[in-house]
Amino acid sequence: MSIKGKAYIVGAYEHPLRKAPNHSVSQLHAECAKGALEDAGLTKNDIDGYFCAGDAPGANVWSMANYMNLKQLKHVDSTDMGGCSYLVHVAHAAEAIAMGKCNVALVTLAGRPNSEGSSGTQVRDRGANMPDSPFEMPYSPVTVNLYAMCAMRHMHEYGTTSEQLAWVKVAASHHAQHNPNAMLRNVVTVEEVVNSPMISDPLHRLDCCVVSDGGGAVIVAKPEIAKSLKRPLVKLTGTGESTKGQFGGNVDLVYSGAAWTGPRAFEMAGCKPSDIKYASIYDSFTITVVMQIEDLGFCKKGEGGKFVADGNLIAGSGKLPFNTDGGGLCNNHPANRGGMTKILEAVRQLRGEAHPAVQVKNCNIALAHGTGGALGHRHGSATLIMERE
Amino acid sequence: MATPAQDRKLRDPSLNPGDQPYFDACAEGKLLIKKCSDCGEVHHYPRALCPFCFSDKVNWLQTKGTGVIYTYSVTRRGGPVPYCIAYVTLDEGPKMMTNIVDCDLDGIKVGQKVKVVFKKTENGASVPMFTPA
Repeated sequence: MSIKGKAYIVGAYEHPLRKAPNHSVSQLHAECAKGALEDAGLTKNDIDGYFCAGDAPGANVWSMANYMNLKQLKHVDSTDMGGCSYLVHVAHAAEAIAMGKCNVALVTLAGRPNSEGSSGTQVRDRGANMPDSPFEMPYSPVTVNLYAMCAMRHMHEYGTTSEQLAWVKVAASHHAQHNPNAMLRNVVTVEEVVNSPMISDPLHRLDCCVVSDGGGAVIVAKPEIAKSLKRPLVKLTGTGESTKGQFGGNVDLVYSGAAWTGPRAFEMAGCKPSDIKYASIYDSFTITVVMQIEDLGFCKKGEGGKFVADGNLIAGSGKLPFNTDGGGLCNNHPANRGGMTKILEAVRQLRGEAHPAVQVKNCNIALAHGTGGALGHRHGSATLIMERE
Repeated sequence: MATPAQDRKLRDPSLNPGDQPYFDACAEGKLLIKKCSDCGEVHHYPRALCPFCFSDKVNWLQTKGTGVIYTYSVTRRGGPVPYCIAYVTLDEGPKMMTNIVDCDLDGIKVGQKVKVVFKKTENGASVPMFTPA
Protein backbone atom coordinates (compact mmCIF):
# COMPACT_ATOMS: atom_id res chain seq x y z
CA MET A 1 0.00 0.00 0.00
CA SER A 2 1.11 3.56 -0.57
CA ILE A 3 1.86 5.59 2.56
CA LYS A 4 1.80 8.87 0.65
CA GLY A 5 0.16 11.49 2.82
CA LYS A 6 -1.13 8.90 5.31
CA ALA A 7 1.09 9.92 8.22
CA TYR A 8 3.49 12.59 9.46
CA ILE A 9 6.62 12.66 11.57
CA VAL A 10 5.52 14.90 14.43
CA GLY A 11 8.28 14.40 16.98
CA ALA A 12 12.02 13.87 16.74
CA TYR A 13 14.78 13.73 19.33
CA GLU A 14 18.46 12.88 19.31
CA HIS A 15 20.17 11.99 22.57
CA PRO A 16 23.03 14.44 23.17
CA LEU A 17 25.39 11.94 24.80
CA ARG A 18 28.08 10.12 22.81
CA LYS A 19 29.47 8.26 25.84
CA ALA A 20 26.97 7.21 28.47
CA PRO A 21 28.63 4.69 30.82
CA ASN A 22 26.26 5.52 33.68
CA HIS A 23 23.06 5.27 31.65
CA SER A 24 21.28 1.95 31.19
CA VAL A 25 20.23 1.16 27.61
CA SER A 26 16.60 1.22 28.81
CA GLN A 27 17.10 4.69 30.26
CA LEU A 28 18.53 5.90 26.95
CA HIS A 29 15.54 4.51 25.04
CA ALA A 30 13.12 6.14 27.49
CA GLU A 31 14.94 9.49 27.48
CA CYS A 32 14.74 9.51 23.69
CA ALA A 33 11.01 8.69 23.84
CA LYS A 34 10.47 11.51 26.33
CA GLY A 35 12.42 13.96 24.18
CA ALA A 36 10.46 13.09 21.05
CA LEU A 37 7.13 13.42 22.86
CA GLU A 38 8.12 16.84 24.22
CA ASP A 39 9.23 17.89 20.75
CA ALA A 40 5.84 16.84 19.34
CA GLY A 41 3.79 18.32 22.16
CA LEU A 42 2.28 14.95 23.01
CA THR A 43 2.28 12.84 26.18
CA LYS A 44 3.10 9.23 26.89
CA ASN A 45 -0.55 8.33 27.13
CA ASP A 46 -1.04 9.39 23.51
CA ILE A 47 1.16 6.54 22.28
CA ASP A 48 -0.80 3.58 20.91
CA GLY A 49 1.85 2.12 18.61
CA TYR A 50 5.41 1.18 19.55
CA PHE A 51 8.33 0.08 17.39
CA CYS A 52 11.82 -1.00 18.44
CA ALA A 53 14.52 -3.35 17.08
CA GLY A 54 17.38 -5.55 18.23
CA ASP A 55 19.08 -2.75 20.15
CA ALA A 56 16.14 -2.69 22.60
CA PRO A 57 16.80 -4.84 25.67
CA GLY A 58 15.49 -8.33 24.97
CA ALA A 59 15.06 -7.53 21.27
CA ASN A 60 11.33 -7.53 21.90
CA VAL A 61 8.65 -4.86 22.33
CA TRP A 62 7.37 -5.77 25.78
CA SER A 63 10.55 -5.09 27.77
CA MET A 64 10.79 -1.43 26.80
CA ALA A 65 7.00 -1.04 26.70
CA ASN A 66 7.00 -2.30 30.29
CA TYR A 67 9.91 -0.04 31.34
CA MET A 68 8.12 3.00 29.91
CA ASN A 69 4.75 1.68 31.15
CA LEU A 70 3.04 2.06 27.77
CA LYS A 71 -0.41 0.74 28.57
CA GLN A 72 -2.52 1.46 25.52
CA LEU A 73 -0.61 -0.15 22.67
CA LYS A 74 -2.76 -1.30 19.79
CA HIS A 75 0.06 -1.92 17.33
CA VAL A 76 3.56 -3.24 18.01
CA ASP A 77 6.46 -4.14 15.71
CA SER A 78 9.96 -5.35 16.58
CA THR A 79 11.16 -5.79 12.99
CA ASP A 80 14.94 -5.99 13.08
CA MET A 81 16.69 -4.82 9.92
CA GLY A 82 19.89 -3.85 11.69
CA GLY A 83 20.85 -0.23 11.20
CA CYS A 84 17.97 0.57 8.86
CA SER A 85 15.28 -0.83 11.18
CA TYR A 86 14.01 2.64 12.13
CA LEU A 87 13.36 3.69 8.55
CA VAL A 88 11.36 0.49 8.15
CA HIS A 89 9.56 1.23 11.42
CA VAL A 90 8.49 4.68 10.26
CA ALA A 91 7.13 3.16 7.04
CA HIS A 92 5.36 0.38 8.92
CA ALA A 93 3.97 2.93 11.37
CA ALA A 94 2.53 4.93 8.49
CA GLU A 95 0.95 1.75 7.10
CA ALA A 96 -0.49 0.83 10.50
CA ILE A 97 -1.89 4.35 10.88
CA ALA A 98 -3.35 4.21 7.38
CA MET A 99 -5.07 0.94 8.27
CA GLY A 100 -6.48 2.46 11.44
CA LYS A 101 -4.48 0.21 13.74
CA CYS A 102 -2.97 3.08 15.71
CA ASN A 103 -2.86 6.87 15.78
CA VAL A 104 0.44 7.86 17.41
CA ALA A 105 3.45 5.57 16.97
CA LEU A 106 6.73 5.81 18.87
CA VAL A 107 10.01 4.47 17.42
CA THR A 108 13.09 4.29 19.66
CA LEU A 109 16.74 3.39 19.24
CA ALA A 110 19.53 3.46 21.82
CA GLY A 111 22.75 1.71 22.74
CA ARG A 112 26.16 2.02 24.33
CA PRO A 113 28.76 0.44 22.02
CA ASN A 114 31.25 3.17 22.91
CA SER A 115 31.07 2.39 26.63
CA GLU A 116 31.01 -1.33 25.90
CA GLY A 117 34.18 -1.26 23.80
CA SER A 118 32.65 -2.26 20.47
CA SER A 119 34.79 -2.02 17.31
CA GLY A 120 34.32 -2.65 13.63
CA THR A 121 37.37 -4.91 13.64
CA GLN A 122 35.85 -7.37 16.13
CA VAL A 123 34.43 -10.70 15.01
CA ARG A 124 30.82 -10.66 16.16
CA ASP A 125 29.17 -13.94 17.03
CA ARG A 126 25.87 -13.97 15.19
CA GLY A 127 24.25 -16.62 17.38
CA ALA A 128 23.20 -20.25 16.98
CA ASN A 129 21.65 -21.86 13.90
CA MET A 130 23.03 -19.34 11.43
CA PRO A 131 23.23 -21.28 8.13
CA ASP A 132 26.14 -19.20 6.80
CA SER A 133 28.23 -19.20 9.97
CA PRO A 134 30.25 -22.43 9.45
CA PHE A 135 31.23 -21.22 5.98
CA GLU A 136 32.25 -17.71 7.03
CA MET A 137 33.29 -17.41 10.66
CA PRO A 138 36.63 -19.24 10.29
CA TYR A 139 37.64 -16.45 7.89
CA SER A 140 37.05 -13.65 10.45
CA PRO A 141 34.60 -11.45 8.57
CA VAL A 142 34.27 -8.19 10.53
CA THR A 143 32.30 -5.07 9.76
CA VAL A 144 35.15 -3.15 8.21
CA ASN A 145 36.52 -5.90 5.95
CA LEU A 146 33.05 -6.78 4.65
CA TYR A 147 32.66 -3.19 3.43
CA ALA A 148 36.30 -3.04 2.34
CA MET A 149 35.68 -5.95 -0.06
CA CYS A 150 32.87 -3.92 -1.65
CA ALA A 151 35.20 -0.95 -2.00
CA MET A 152 37.95 -3.07 -3.52
CA ARG A 153 35.60 -4.52 -6.13
CA HIS A 154 34.05 -1.11 -6.83
CA MET A 155 37.53 0.28 -7.48
CA HIS A 156 38.31 -2.69 -9.76
CA GLU A 157 35.15 -2.39 -11.85
CA TYR A 158 34.75 1.39 -11.98
CA GLY A 159 38.12 2.90 -11.22
CA THR A 160 36.88 4.52 -8.01
CA THR A 161 39.81 5.96 -6.03
CA SER A 162 40.67 6.37 -2.35
CA GLU A 163 40.71 10.13 -2.88
CA GLN A 164 37.13 10.04 -4.17
CA LEU A 165 36.00 8.01 -1.15
CA ALA A 166 37.82 10.49 1.10
CA TRP A 167 35.62 13.32 -0.19
CA VAL A 168 32.67 11.72 1.60
CA LYS A 169 34.46 12.08 4.94
CA VAL A 170 35.64 15.57 4.07
CA ALA A 171 32.05 16.66 3.41
CA ALA A 172 30.81 15.07 6.64
CA SER A 173 33.53 16.87 8.59
CA HIS A 174 32.58 20.22 7.05
CA HIS A 175 29.09 19.68 8.48
CA ALA A 176 30.17 18.29 11.84
CA GLN A 177 32.16 21.41 12.71
CA HIS A 178 28.80 23.11 13.31
CA ASN A 179 27.35 20.36 15.54
CA PRO A 180 28.38 20.84 19.18
CA ASN A 181 27.39 17.24 19.99
CA ALA A 182 29.44 15.65 17.18
CA MET A 183 32.26 13.32 18.25
CA LEU A 184 34.63 14.56 15.54
CA ARG A 185 34.35 18.28 14.83
CA ASN A 186 37.63 18.99 13.07
CA VAL A 187 37.44 19.64 9.34
CA VAL A 188 39.67 17.12 7.54
CA THR A 189 41.25 17.09 4.10
CA VAL A 190 41.43 14.39 1.44
CA GLU A 191 45.13 14.03 2.26
CA GLU A 192 44.39 13.49 5.94
CA VAL A 193 41.89 10.74 5.10
CA VAL A 194 44.12 8.83 2.71
CA ASN A 195 47.11 9.22 5.04
CA SER A 196 45.24 7.95 8.10
CA PRO A 197 46.16 4.39 9.14
CA MET A 198 45.01 1.61 6.80
CA ILE A 199 42.47 -0.49 8.72
CA SER A 200 41.40 -2.95 6.01
CA ASP A 201 42.47 -2.31 2.40
CA PRO A 202 41.34 0.04 0.90
CA LEU A 203 39.55 1.62 3.89
CA HIS A 204 41.53 3.94 6.16
CA ARG A 205 40.64 4.88 9.70
CA LEU A 206 38.95 8.08 8.48
CA ASP A 207 36.86 6.09 5.96
CA CYS A 208 35.13 4.50 8.99
CA CYS A 209 32.28 5.82 11.10
CA VAL A 210 32.58 6.57 14.80
CA VAL A 211 31.49 4.22 17.58
CA SER A 212 29.14 6.09 19.89
CA ASP A 213 26.60 5.69 22.63
CA GLY A 214 23.28 7.49 22.54
CA GLY A 215 20.08 7.09 20.62
CA GLY A 216 17.09 8.77 19.12
CA ALA A 217 13.34 8.57 18.71
CA VAL A 218 10.62 9.71 16.37
CA ILE A 219 6.84 9.96 16.69
CA VAL A 220 4.64 9.20 13.68
CA ALA A 221 1.03 10.36 13.79
CA LYS A 222 -2.08 10.43 11.63
CA PRO A 223 -2.77 13.61 9.64
CA GLU A 224 -5.52 14.97 11.92
CA ILE A 225 -3.22 14.79 14.95
CA ALA A 226 -0.21 16.17 13.09
CA LYS A 227 -2.22 19.18 11.97
CA SER A 228 -3.43 19.84 15.53
CA LEU A 229 0.16 20.19 16.80
CA LYS A 230 2.39 23.25 16.64
CA ARG A 231 5.36 21.73 14.82
CA PRO A 232 6.15 22.13 11.09
CA LEU A 233 4.49 19.37 9.08
CA VAL A 234 6.74 16.60 7.76
CA LYS A 235 4.68 14.32 5.56
CA LEU A 236 5.74 10.80 4.60
CA THR A 237 5.41 10.26 0.86
CA GLY A 238 7.47 7.27 -0.22
CA THR A 239 9.16 4.17 1.11
CA GLY A 240 10.90 1.02 0.03
CA GLU A 241 12.39 -1.87 1.95
CA SER A 242 14.26 -5.00 0.92
CA THR A 243 17.19 -7.31 1.63
CA LYS A 244 20.08 -8.43 -0.55
CA GLY A 245 22.28 -11.44 -0.05
CA GLN A 246 24.76 -13.67 -1.80
CA PHE A 247 22.31 -15.19 -4.31
CA GLY A 248 23.36 -18.78 -3.69
CA GLY A 249 26.95 -17.94 -4.62
CA ASN A 250 26.30 -15.42 -7.42
CA VAL A 251 27.79 -12.72 -5.21
CA ASP A 252 27.76 -9.16 -6.63
CA LEU A 253 29.21 -6.62 -4.21
CA VAL A 254 29.09 -3.45 -6.31
CA TYR A 255 25.45 -2.62 -5.65
CA SER A 256 23.15 -2.59 -2.65
CA GLY A 257 19.47 -3.11 -1.97
CA ALA A 258 19.03 0.62 -2.50
CA ALA A 259 18.84 -0.25 -6.20
CA TRP A 260 15.39 -1.68 -5.43
CA THR A 261 14.18 0.41 -2.49
CA GLY A 262 15.08 3.75 -4.06
CA PRO A 263 13.01 3.41 -7.25
CA ARG A 264 10.03 2.06 -5.27
CA ALA A 265 10.17 5.00 -2.86
CA PHE A 266 10.47 7.52 -5.70
CA GLU A 267 7.56 5.96 -7.55
CA MET A 268 5.35 6.06 -4.46
CA ALA A 269 6.33 9.65 -3.70
CA GLY A 270 5.86 10.71 -7.31
CA CYS A 271 9.24 12.41 -7.50
CA LYS A 272 12.74 11.74 -8.84
CA PRO A 273 16.28 11.99 -7.48
CA SER A 274 16.78 15.48 -8.94
CA ASP A 275 13.84 16.70 -6.80
CA ILE A 276 15.63 15.81 -3.56
CA LYS A 277 16.99 18.90 -1.79
CA TYR A 278 18.67 17.04 1.07
CA ALA A 279 19.67 13.39 1.54
CA SER A 280 20.57 11.47 4.66
CA ILE A 281 22.66 8.56 3.39
CA TYR A 282 23.87 5.80 5.68
CA ASP A 283 27.59 6.34 6.13
CA SER A 284 28.99 3.39 8.04
CA PHE A 285 31.94 3.80 5.68
CA THR A 286 32.70 6.18 2.85
CA ILE A 287 32.10 3.41 0.28
CA THR A 288 28.59 2.86 1.69
CA VAL A 289 27.65 6.40 0.63
CA VAL A 290 29.15 6.09 -2.85
CA MET A 291 27.34 2.83 -3.60
CA GLN A 292 23.99 4.02 -2.25
CA ILE A 293 24.11 7.34 -4.08
CA GLU A 294 24.53 5.38 -7.31
CA ASP A 295 21.85 2.83 -6.43
CA LEU A 296 19.33 5.52 -5.43
CA GLY A 297 19.79 7.12 -8.84
CA PHE A 298 21.58 10.35 -7.93
CA CYS A 299 24.17 9.40 -10.57
CA LYS A 300 24.87 6.52 -12.95
CA LYS A 301 26.19 3.22 -11.57
CA GLY A 302 29.94 3.41 -11.22
CA GLU A 303 30.06 7.21 -11.23
CA GLY A 304 29.56 7.68 -7.50
CA GLY A 305 33.23 8.38 -6.93
CA LYS A 306 33.20 11.23 -9.41
CA PHE A 307 29.87 12.46 -8.03
CA VAL A 308 31.05 12.83 -4.42
CA ALA A 309 34.42 14.38 -5.33
CA ASP A 310 35.24 18.06 -5.11
CA GLY A 311 32.83 18.79 -2.28
CA ASN A 312 29.60 17.88 -4.04
CA LEU A 313 28.07 16.58 -0.81
CA ILE A 314 28.77 19.76 1.15
CA ALA A 315 25.74 21.90 2.06
CA GLY A 316 25.79 25.32 0.44
CA SER A 317 28.14 24.46 -2.38
CA GLY A 318 27.53 20.86 -3.44
CA LYS A 319 24.94 19.27 -5.72
CA LEU A 320 23.56 16.96 -3.04
CA PRO A 321 23.86 18.18 0.56
CA PHE A 322 24.10 15.07 2.72
CA ASN A 323 24.31 14.23 6.43
CA THR A 324 24.41 17.82 7.59
CA ASP A 325 24.67 16.70 11.24
CA GLY A 326 28.07 15.17 10.45
CA GLY A 327 26.54 11.71 9.98
CA GLY A 328 27.99 8.49 11.26
CA LEU A 329 31.40 9.46 9.98
CA CYS A 330 31.69 12.42 12.40
CA ASN A 331 28.63 12.89 14.60
CA ASN A 332 27.36 9.63 16.05
CA HIS A 333 26.36 6.05 15.32
CA PRO A 334 24.37 5.01 18.38
CA ALA A 335 24.04 1.25 18.94
CA ASN A 336 26.10 0.80 15.77
CA ARG A 337 22.84 1.51 13.96
CA GLY A 338 22.68 4.72 11.97
CA GLY A 339 19.15 4.62 10.53
CA MET A 340 17.48 6.69 13.25
CA THR A 341 19.89 9.61 13.04
CA LYS A 342 19.39 9.64 9.27
CA ILE A 343 15.67 10.29 9.81
CA LEU A 344 16.33 12.91 12.50
CA GLU A 345 18.54 15.15 10.36
CA ALA A 346 16.14 14.89 7.41
CA VAL A 347 13.32 16.04 9.71
CA ARG A 348 15.45 18.96 10.94
CA GLN A 349 16.17 19.98 7.37
CA LEU A 350 12.50 19.85 6.34
CA ARG A 351 11.49 21.84 9.41
CA GLY A 352 14.20 24.40 8.73
CA GLU A 353 15.78 23.53 12.08
CA ALA A 354 19.20 22.31 10.94
CA HIS A 355 22.20 24.40 11.99
CA PRO A 356 22.01 27.67 10.00
CA ALA A 357 25.43 27.00 8.49
CA VAL A 358 24.17 23.77 6.90
CA GLN A 359 20.45 24.42 6.50
CA VAL A 360 19.43 23.78 2.90
CA LYS A 361 17.39 26.65 1.45
CA ASN A 362 13.78 25.86 0.57
CA CYS A 363 14.24 22.26 1.69
CA ASN A 364 10.85 20.85 0.75
CA ILE A 365 11.74 17.24 -0.19
CA ALA A 366 14.24 15.06 1.64
CA LEU A 367 15.32 11.45 1.43
CA ALA A 368 16.71 9.20 4.15
CA HIS A 369 18.29 5.88 3.30
CA GLY A 370 19.79 3.19 5.48
CA THR A 371 21.44 -0.20 5.43
CA GLY A 372 21.53 -2.91 8.06
CA GLY A 373 23.86 -5.87 8.34
CA ALA A 374 26.83 -5.61 5.98
CA LEU A 375 27.01 -4.88 2.26
CA GLY A 376 29.73 -7.54 2.01
CA HIS A 377 27.42 -10.49 2.70
CA ARG A 378 23.79 -9.84 3.70
CA HIS A 379 22.03 -6.59 4.32
CA GLY A 380 18.73 -4.81 4.65
CA SER A 381 17.95 -1.57 2.84
CA ALA A 382 15.27 1.00 3.50
CA THR A 383 14.42 4.32 1.89
CA LEU A 384 12.07 7.06 3.11
CA ILE A 385 11.01 10.15 1.22
CA MET A 386 9.47 13.02 3.16
CA GLU A 387 8.02 16.38 2.19
CA ARG A 388 7.45 19.60 4.07
CA GLU A 389 3.79 20.57 3.88
CA MET B 1 57.20 -3.66 1.59
CA ALA B 2 55.94 -7.14 2.13
CA THR B 3 53.39 -8.45 4.62
CA PRO B 4 53.92 -12.21 4.79
CA ALA B 5 50.77 -14.16 5.66
CA GLN B 6 51.06 -15.60 9.15
CA ASP B 7 49.22 -18.49 10.76
CA ARG B 8 46.51 -17.35 13.12
CA LYS B 9 43.96 -18.96 15.38
CA LEU B 10 40.90 -19.86 13.32
CA ARG B 11 37.41 -20.05 14.80
CA ASP B 12 35.90 -23.51 14.77
CA PRO B 13 32.91 -23.83 12.45
CA SER B 14 29.73 -24.20 14.47
CA LEU B 15 28.05 -26.92 12.39
CA ASN B 16 24.37 -27.25 11.71
CA PRO B 17 22.73 -30.56 10.76
CA GLY B 18 23.70 -31.36 7.16
CA ASP B 19 27.09 -29.60 7.24
CA GLN B 20 29.27 -32.51 8.38
CA PRO B 21 29.96 -34.06 4.93
CA TYR B 22 31.43 -30.76 3.72
CA PHE B 23 33.92 -30.62 6.58
CA ASP B 24 34.63 -34.38 6.38
CA ALA B 25 35.62 -33.80 2.75
CA CYS B 26 37.80 -30.85 3.75
CA ALA B 27 39.66 -33.18 6.11
CA GLU B 28 40.38 -35.38 3.07
CA GLY B 29 41.59 -32.42 1.04
CA LYS B 30 38.45 -32.06 -1.09
CA LEU B 31 36.35 -28.93 -1.57
CA LEU B 32 32.67 -29.64 -2.17
CA ILE B 33 29.81 -27.51 -3.40
CA LYS B 34 26.22 -28.54 -4.02
CA LYS B 35 24.51 -29.20 -7.33
CA CYS B 36 20.78 -29.47 -7.94
CA SER B 37 19.80 -32.45 -10.06
CA ASP B 38 16.48 -30.83 -10.97
CA CYS B 39 17.56 -27.39 -12.26
CA GLY B 40 21.26 -28.15 -12.71
CA GLU B 41 22.47 -25.08 -10.80
CA VAL B 42 25.39 -25.23 -8.38
CA HIS B 43 25.40 -23.23 -5.15
CA HIS B 44 27.42 -22.30 -2.09
CA TYR B 45 27.16 -22.22 0.98
CA PRO B 46 25.52 -25.65 0.83
CA ARG B 47 21.81 -25.93 1.62
CA ALA B 48 19.27 -28.74 1.99
CA LEU B 49 17.05 -27.06 -0.59
CA CYS B 50 18.29 -25.61 -3.88
CA PRO B 51 18.27 -21.80 -3.51
CA PHE B 52 17.31 -21.47 -7.19
CA CYS B 53 14.36 -23.90 -7.54
CA PHE B 54 13.69 -25.17 -3.99
CA SER B 55 14.21 -28.77 -5.07
CA ASP B 56 15.50 -31.08 -2.33
CA LYS B 57 17.44 -33.12 -4.90
CA VAL B 58 20.75 -31.45 -4.15
CA ASN B 59 23.97 -33.45 -4.20
CA TRP B 60 27.57 -32.85 -3.27
CA LEU B 61 29.90 -32.04 -6.14
CA GLN B 62 33.68 -32.12 -5.78
CA THR B 63 35.29 -28.98 -7.19
CA LYS B 64 38.66 -28.71 -8.88
CA GLY B 65 39.70 -26.44 -6.03
CA THR B 66 40.72 -23.63 -8.34
CA GLY B 67 39.37 -20.17 -9.04
CA VAL B 68 40.11 -16.45 -9.22
CA ILE B 69 39.93 -13.72 -6.60
CA TYR B 70 36.68 -11.72 -7.02
CA THR B 71 37.56 -9.27 -4.26
CA TYR B 72 39.66 -9.17 -1.10
CA SER B 73 40.78 -7.02 1.79
CA VAL B 74 43.84 -7.27 4.01
CA THR B 75 42.71 -6.43 7.53
CA ARG B 76 45.73 -4.79 9.13
CA ARG B 77 44.31 -3.58 12.45
CA GLY B 78 42.27 -5.22 15.15
CA GLY B 79 43.60 -8.76 15.02
CA PRO B 80 46.80 -10.27 16.39
CA VAL B 81 48.17 -10.52 12.83
CA PRO B 82 47.13 -9.11 9.45
CA TYR B 83 44.95 -11.47 7.39
CA CYS B 84 43.29 -11.43 3.99
CA ILE B 85 39.57 -12.06 3.64
CA ALA B 86 38.30 -12.63 0.09
CA TYR B 87 35.62 -13.97 -2.16
CA VAL B 88 36.97 -16.47 -4.68
CA THR B 89 35.02 -17.32 -7.84
CA LEU B 90 35.36 -21.08 -8.19
CA ASP B 91 35.87 -22.46 -11.69
CA GLU B 92 32.51 -24.20 -11.24
CA GLY B 93 30.80 -20.79 -10.79
CA PRO B 94 29.89 -19.95 -7.21
CA LYS B 95 31.82 -17.36 -5.22
CA MET B 96 32.83 -18.35 -1.70
CA MET B 97 34.10 -16.36 1.25
CA THR B 98 37.60 -17.46 2.26
CA ASN B 99 41.06 -16.30 3.28
CA ILE B 100 44.07 -15.93 1.00
CA VAL B 101 47.11 -17.48 2.72
CA ASP B 102 50.72 -18.62 2.28
CA CYS B 103 51.78 -15.57 0.26
CA ASP B 104 52.78 -11.91 0.51
CA LEU B 105 49.52 -10.21 1.50
CA ASP B 106 50.69 -7.02 -0.22
CA GLY B 107 50.87 -8.79 -3.60
CA ILE B 108 47.28 -10.02 -3.77
CA LYS B 109 45.22 -8.82 -6.76
CA VAL B 110 41.61 -8.99 -7.92
CA GLY B 111 41.48 -11.52 -10.77
CA GLN B 112 44.46 -13.50 -9.49
CA LYS B 113 44.31 -17.28 -10.02
CA VAL B 114 44.25 -19.27 -6.78
CA LYS B 115 44.06 -22.88 -5.60
CA VAL B 116 42.62 -24.39 -2.46
CA VAL B 117 44.65 -25.33 0.62
CA PHE B 118 43.25 -26.56 3.90
CA LYS B 119 43.98 -25.04 7.29
CA LYS B 120 43.13 -26.34 10.76
CA THR B 121 40.88 -24.44 13.14
CA GLU B 122 41.54 -24.29 16.89
CA ASN B 123 39.97 -27.69 17.57
CA GLY B 124 41.25 -29.37 14.42
CA ALA B 125 38.51 -28.94 11.82
CA SER B 126 39.78 -28.38 8.27
CA VAL B 127 38.58 -25.32 6.39
CA PRO B 128 39.29 -24.35 2.78
CA MET B 129 41.49 -21.35 2.06
CA PHE B 130 43.26 -20.28 -1.10
CA THR B 131 46.80 -19.46 -2.18
CA PRO B 132 48.12 -18.06 -5.47
CA ALA B 133 48.14 -20.82 -8.11
